Amino acid sequence: MAKRIDVSDLNIYYGNFLAVEGVNVSIEPRSITALIGPSGCGKSTFLRSLNRMHEVIPGARVEGKVVMDGQDLYGADADPVDVRRQIGMVFQRPNPFPTMSIYDNVAAGVRLNSRKMKKADLDDLVERSLKGANLWNEVKDRLDRPGSSLSGGQQQRLCIARAIAVEPDVLLMDEPCSALDPISTLAIEDLMTELKERFTIVIVTHNMQQAARVSEQTGFFNLNGVGQPGRLIEFNPTEKIFSNPDQKATEDYISGRFG
Amino acid sequence: MTATRTPTEPGAAKPVRRPGDRIFAGSAKGAGILILVILAGVAAFLIAEALPALSAPSDDIPGGEGLAGYVLPLVFGTLLSAVIALVVATPLAVAIALFITHYAPRRLAQGLGYVVDLLAAIPSIVYGFWGIAWLAPKLVPFYQWLEDNFGFIPLFAGPTSSTGRTMLTAGLVLAIMILPIISAISREVFLQVPTLHKEAALALGATRWEMVKMAVLPYGKSGIIGGAMLGLGRALGETMAVALVLSVSGGITFNLISSGNPSTVAANIALEFPESSGIDVNTLIASGLALFVITLAVNMLARWIVNRRADFSGAN
Repeated sequence: MAKRIDVSDLNIYYGNFLAVEGVNVSIEPRSITALIGPSGCGKSTFLRSLNRMHEVIPGARVEGKVVMDGQDLYGADADPVDVRRQIGMVFQRPNPFPTMSIYDNVAAGVRLNSRKMKKADLDDLVERSLKGANLWNEVKDRLDRPGSSLSGGQQQRLCIARAIAVEPDVLLMDEPCSALDPISTLAIEDLMTELKERFTIVIVTHNMQQAARVSEQTGFFNLNGVGQPGRLIEFNPTEKIFSNPDQKATEDYISGRFG
Repeated sequence: MTATRTPTEPGAAKPVRRPGDRIFAGSAKGAGILILVILAGVAAFLIAEALPALSAPSDDIPGGEGLAGYVLPLVFGTLLSAVIALVVATPLAVAIALFITHYAPRRLAQGLGYVVDLLAAIPSIVYGFWGIAWLAPKLVPFYQWLEDNFGFIPLFAGPTSSTGRTMLTAGLVLAIMILPIISAISREVFLQVPTLHKEAALALGATRWEMVKMAVLPYGKSGIIGGAMLGLGRALGETMAVALVLSVSGGITFNLISSGNPSTVAANIALEFPESSGIDVNTLIASGLALFVITLAVNMLARWIVNRRADFSGAN
């Protein structure tokens, strides 16, 4: 069900402050697109504008177009709730619902869509999603325990299971490994490589090796100075970005000569 | 091997304790002990003073039906009025808190918060006057309507009191009095729900109400229960407002809108104490002891409810 996303002339605001300016980019289906760049350059903000999570913050708004397979996500008839059901998100810090069991966490999204499911079907879905997130073997005996009883890496995979349980078209990941140890990070990277067969994945990362390892396309965001809006400086196949980037700023950043 | 000291060796160096730490630990411990001493003192006083009434022949107790016959209707009245207050106030208070924290525009929310807090600052005797002079007469037509249409339910059997000074009126006045306590505590808890959890719900495609159901209410549950118990404590012990509003005559009844109502423990003590002496005083104190035990039991019950699913509280 993976879909492509076309962004044109996107300006992203916090109140009157222009945070990200003039983004034009096409995100390919069934691939991983990585967004890199220094802190505060607007890559997370851009990511959150793709599933309309940006406007959750008071005063935040967006100008421009985001089109997913012909469907204008910011069109007059687009409902942000529907958009978020089609475009799943995994956050920087693992955030399973602490008041729900592991099972209920995975089932949460499906229950929201108010589809009445038979218990057996729901059991199937939970198992399938947890297997999809490579977590099933670790939690199958304690599905009724709280999600917060898991380790950080397991919690993050639980969040991925929760996001893919609703079969979204696109999966957004906002620095999903930055709070995890290297082994958990590896587990999640392997998982992403499996998931891209079914989903379009966009990942924000500070870890350039990670971007190089997992992604097909890489976008580099940068800003000229504090108070200036962030811009998408370069968007190219990952190999090209890391070997022979078009822009000098990109080369400076990836080779550590930044700033 | 040279001699090495293991940490477990007796007489090994004690951990260094700084004076600041010691002073703070001592004063904190003192405060903790003080509260227990006060509680024990109150309990000892109540028990000692209630003893003569407990052992007195039933003819000597006011009413002539023994201590249980005297105290039970009061306990019943206390619980009934408090339960009415809680049932009315809790959903309303939670709704107010939700509106202030998640729905109202920021400016309005702040003003509304102050106004609700202000309700807590009104002395209870003012509530009593307001209840007797304004609310009770206004409620009479409503009670009549309840009797006409829902008279088959024992709660509204009537006959409707002509003054409106009924158990339901007392319960409603109490509800307004405990509203600010419950809503202030709920509000604080709702504000502490981590953005992370709320965004998790929103990112799954939850509407605002679904987000509240998934993330805010479960996280705030223990706070709501805690606030409700504080409110219940105030409703159980409230004296002046009930003493003024409630028209007392008769014993245990579930009829909420008639003129025959049992009194409450606290209101009864306030009304009877000035004219009591001897065994009558002991009887009143025994009723106070009953209230003390009830309040303790209610708090322990609430604690148990909150702890039952502590793993899922979100505090870890």
